[in-house]
Amino acid sequence: MFDSIQASLSHALTALRGRGKLTESNMREGLEGVRKAMLEADVAYDVVGEFIERVSVDALGAKVLESLDPAQQVVGIVHRELVGLMGPVDHSLHLEQGRTTILMLCGLQGSGKTTSCAKLAKKIKEQGRGVMMVAADLQRPAAIEQLVILGRQIDVAVYTPDGERDPVAVCKAGVAKAKAEGISVVLLDTAGRLAIDQELMAELSRIDKTVGPDQVYLVVDAMTGQDAVRSAKAFHDALELDGIVMTKLDGDARGGAALSVKSVTGVPIKFIGTGEQVDALEDFHPDRMAGRILGMGDVLTLVEEAQKKFDQDEMQKQEERLRAGEFTLEDFKAMLLQTRRLGPLGKVLGMIPGMGGMKDMLAGADLDNDMNRLFGIINAMTPQERRNPTNIIDQSRRRRIATGAGVALNEVGDLVKQFDGMSAMMKGMAGLGLRDRMKEMQRIQGELTNPTGRLAKAKGDTGKRLTADQRRNQKKQRDKEDRRRRRDSRGS
Amino acid sequence: MALFRFGRSQDDSEKEIPRTESTSPESDQASRPGFLARLRSGLERTRQVLVTDVRDLFKREGRLVDDGFLEELRRVLVQSDIGPSATDAILADIAVRYRARVVEVETVLDSIRSGLLERLRFKQATLTLATSGPTVILVTGVNGSGKTTSIAKLARFLSRDGKRVVLGAGDTFRAAAVEQLALWAERLGVEIVRGEMGCDPASVAHRAVAVAIAGNFDICIIDTAGRLQTQANLMQELSKIRRVVTKQLPEAPHEVLLVLDATAGQNALSQARGFQEAAGCTGIVLAKLDGSARGGVIVPVTEQFHLPVKFVGLGEGADDLEPFDPERFVAVLFETT
Repeated sequence: MFDSIQASLSHALTALRGRGKLTESNMREGLEGVRKAMLEADVAYDVVGEFIERVSVDALGAKVLESLDPAQQVVGIVHRELVGLMGPVDHSLHLEQGRTTILMLCGLQGSGKTTSCAKLAKKIKEQGRGVMMVAADLQRPAAIEQLVILGRQIDVAVYTPDGERDPVAVCKAGVAKAKAEGISVVLLDTAGRLAIDQELMAELSRIDKTVGPDQVYLVVDAMTGQDAVRSAKAFHDALELDGIVMTKLDGDARGGAALSVKSVTGVPIKFIGTGEQVDALEDFHPDRMAGRILGMGDVLTLVEEAQKKFDQDEMQKQEERLRAGEFTLEDFKAMLLQTRRLGPLGKVLGMIPGMGGMKDMLAGADLDNDMNRLFGIINAMTPQERRNPTNIIDQSRRRRIATGAGVALNEVGDLVKQFDGMSAMMKGMAGLGLRDRMKEMQRIQGELTNPTGRLAKAKGDTGKRLTADQRRNQKKQRDKEDRRRRRDSRGS
Repeated sequence: MALFRFGRSQDDSEKEIPRTESTSPESDQASRPGFLARLRSGLERTRQVLVTDVRDLFKREGRLVDDGFLEELRRVLVQSDIGPSATDAILADIAVRYRARVVEVETVLDSIRSGLLERLRFKQATLTLATSGPTVILVTGVNGSGKTTSIAKLARFLSRDGKRVVLGAGDTFRAAAVEQLALWAERLGVEIVRGEMGCDPASVAHRAVAVAIAGNFDICIIDTAGRLQTQANLMQELSKIRRVVTKQLPEAPHEVLLVLDATAGQNALSQARGFQEAAGCTGIVLAKLDGSARGGVIVPVTEQFHLPVKFVGLGEGADDLEPFDPERFVAVLFETT
């Protein structure tokens, strides 16, 4: 999508390079692409309209720099504006000292309140505070049991209503119990309700008035369409929200609702849910969300996750070996294992700019399964074979390995050939930074699992020269980025 | 009319203006202050008024179809969630047919509605039932779309017809999902085959179908855990459930229903693609249509994937399920909120 925005902008603005200023007429066509991308991402219609207007004003009259593609310049402005609109960030839960803090969660049915409640409880617990959850969803069958089970999983107490049928009374009793026990934070998990259901919205207001929560969060499904503004506004009117939790961002939803909800309520988006596990809750970052809405991938998140999950020692060891010019199938396997810790490959791929399309292309292929097959083959080899596959593995060994791994004969041959081409690149990667290396590794993996592509050694190339080229390119990219950043900060 | 409660007949939408204002009485605002917050909500209200002005414009008879008119129309179309591409196509068509003419707004809307109706009408919009033996219905969808509730409603709908129904609680992943369906089964008085938490959902499906065959049940509805269409391994699990069922009954599953949340936006397209590939969907249940969301995304979904909408969910009660009526659907699609 980013590519298409970029393309349509380029198309409209090519003539401008190096001369003149951006005007409304020469920008209109390009911004049409941005507008469509935003609508495609489910940003609310009115929000898109206001946004485009704002960007036009901002970009209008900006001088088109000689060295720069005017389209890039405009995308830069668009991105900056988006980040500005979704910020500022506030990840604090504003927990009180010396008294019980009350957090209340509300939202539509199926938005993910109960799961988010458990995730938040776990997060707070990890800060060393006492937490209690109150099961105030008396509407949905077994919602209470769900919270109880989740509470057990994360070892957090759950207050359950004892035959009480009024959620207001349940919340009141739960809060009273938490206060009596001196528990630091109490979370209220309310029933899902439609924003137009006056009766249930009034019930929320009653809970609000009765227990007086310190913070009220609206839980919003990232897949929500144009309705996001209507419902968020209704909840905000009824409760005056303090924050938003956006859920289900581990899928491929572009999450335009984030922008809609933020602009209609003005309250910060605090956290995002990125999976069904109780620890899949991350801080919200406007820059990443902006990139996602525009389809620009999410490199920063990836790098952060990589730093968290990659085994530092293992990395160090690998790097030393690579520097020494050693790269074996053992190393390859260790690397794949490291990558896998980031999560399903599809998710990893989607976070890299330009790889979005790749993900679609590979939609049919099951990357994780392919990876397992590779592990199988490598595991079926002897240590000698793993260290020097190219020279040792002959036809008879190949047959033995294929049988051992339960794969076709040619799959073993393919792996050896691919490894051949890869080891040269891997050695070159030893000098790169983490971010560049991640990119490079993803590229290699993508090609590895791509049934039509083959990662063969380039003819007449020693691999060393290739690396120099890559380095040069990367430097160019970096410089470009720097220039853009400098320009952007000057511009604002 | 009374039977078909889309929740926004003409009278309803008229009532909505005072309703939005009454939800934020001054006493509420006073309790938690903040000058800016007040100013903001004040501005919001002004915007609401502006929005209603558009509605008035739409009601005025005989409008010149010009750029301004098309832009208003674009807003209405986009807000129904039918997506920017479908919107562009419709607007282009309207421009060709009516531009520079003075027409009644209803004429334009009618021509849009009949165009949409064409796309939404399907032959096999009713449930496909087995010619002999139990009919197996597999129910799939993303997390929180409303699968379990839809199954309860479906069970109710079919047992009202005198069918004997058995449920397979195949969501063995989410905490208390089995209990949720079991509570429904108890309320509805239908049989249920339960799976242990964490066990293979395909085994639950297998047992449910076996029970259906052995007990001469008419219908076997199998619940599955919510999953995002991007989770390859979970999507494969769906294919497996499907295979297991087919092995028992060659014709089964007779229906694979995808439950879509009416509040979903353009991601529903990706959902339909993913679930159709993995589970071979045969139809859609559009849940939560009783809210303010229009569910317009089913227009591109049915068009691209040839998936008919079979039912719509209109509330949390067991009886809140209706067969999909395309005429009704398009009639309320563009009523401005």
